[in-house]
Amino acid sequence: MKIAFALCLTLASVAACSTAPDGATVHDPYETRNRSVHEFNKRLTGGLGSDEDRSGPRIPQDISARLIDFADNVAMPGVILNNTLQGDFVGATSNTMRFLINTVFGAFGVFDPADIMGLEEIDADFGQTLSVWGAPEGAYLELPLLGPSTERDFAGDIVDVLIDPLGLFVTDDQLVVASVGSIAGRIAKIDQVGDTIGDVLNESADSYAQARLIYLQNRRYELGIEAAEVADPYADLYGDQ
Amino acid sequence: MLNRRQVIIAAASASILPQAAAALSVSESQSIVAALVTEVNAVIASGKSEAAMISDFAVLFDRYSDVPTIARYCLGADARSASPAQMQAYTAAFRGYIASKYGRRFREFVGGEIIVEGAAPVKSWIEVETTVQLRGRSPLRMDFHVSDRSGSHKFFNFIIEGVNMLLTERAEIGALLDRQGRNLDALTAEIGAV
Repeated sequence: MKIAFALCLTLASVAACSTAPDGATVHDPYETRNRSVHEFNKRLTGGLGSDEDRSGPRIPQDISARLIDFADNVAMPGVILNNTLQGDFVGATSNTMRFLINTVFGAFGVFDPADIMGLEEIDADFGQTLSVWGAPEGAYLELPLLGPSTERDFAGDIVDVLIDPLGLFVTDDQLVVASVGSIAGRIAKIDQVGDTIGDVLNESADSYAQARLIYLQNRRYELGIEAAEVADPYADLYGDQ
Repeated sequence: MLNRRQVIIAAASASILPQAAAALSVSESQSIVAALVTEVNAVIASGKSEAAMISDFAVLFDRYSDVPTIARYCLGADARSASPAQMQAYTAAFRGYIASKYGRRFREFVGGEIIVEGAAPVKSWIEVETTVQLRGRSPLRMDFHVSDRSGSHKFFNFIIEGVNMLLTERAEIGALLDRQGRNLDALTAEIGAV
């Protein structure tokens, strides 16, 4: 049932993705709405990075590394499913090994012995799967709490929650523990990069445009899409040609 | 005033120098990035205060990058109508702005290390790939773009995990300029105060 719903949602959302005009590097038809969400997100994260005396994250490194490792391991069945959907069987196999090793020998993923063995995570999510399948990026979105995204990535996020196979392996009680751990891991990750995000938001003349540009460039890089725009300041001295 | 002989020598060297400088070299590009990275790693590991690290980074930025070219590109079309004096003041302010902004970013690499992976020609420049190894976090990829168009091998751009410094700073400088009513002197004063 959930799978069928996810499938319908995928088809509907991909069909609804608004297509960017040719050559446009930023497609943002919802800019007005996105900007008001951005102001909301900015107020919410107002504390981040504004602490003058603060150097480095608030959560101790040792604890935050364990939280992040646990959250990553809990997310692994979903990642493996996406590796498979993308036809990346090498990634799926390697991540399955990772998941088994960290679950058995790493105290359910609190530790990451697989990484020490050189088995790095091969990241995948449903937004990426949609990209591999040829779905267009769609319009840029800034989501409440979640921050920068695109129509394709937002559809991917929802589908990832619906098709997460973790529930097949664990009891309901364990699923609660996994979910709490996952949220804690996410907070720890934000804490690690909080200064950077805070600096960009607080110090930029147009933090909305900066966040949008940084997100789109980084996401396209992750997806292996060649940069639409390169900078050659010797051929194009003023960047206006 | 130059005398006749000096003019001839200047003209002759001007016609020879571009050819000599045209030898954009992969190994030379990789070695200047390697030298830069060694110095950046030393600053990161020094345990100095933020202000001291930023002034160290400013020196390295000056030595290893083509600051006037970066500054002009980030200013964009407004640089066309600026006077030489305005450009000089803006470029000096930009140097401090960029060293402070990215110096603080590089300072977050504390406990980590930058490693040079290799270099290859891309379009009209050399791309030198490096990896930033961070404590307890996934490594970051950082590419430096090196050119000799300034007369010697210098980097003019870096790309961290796909995020292009020139494109990002061009957008930011553009937004600052909008906020100042597109007044270059006001922009120079604002970024110079950082």
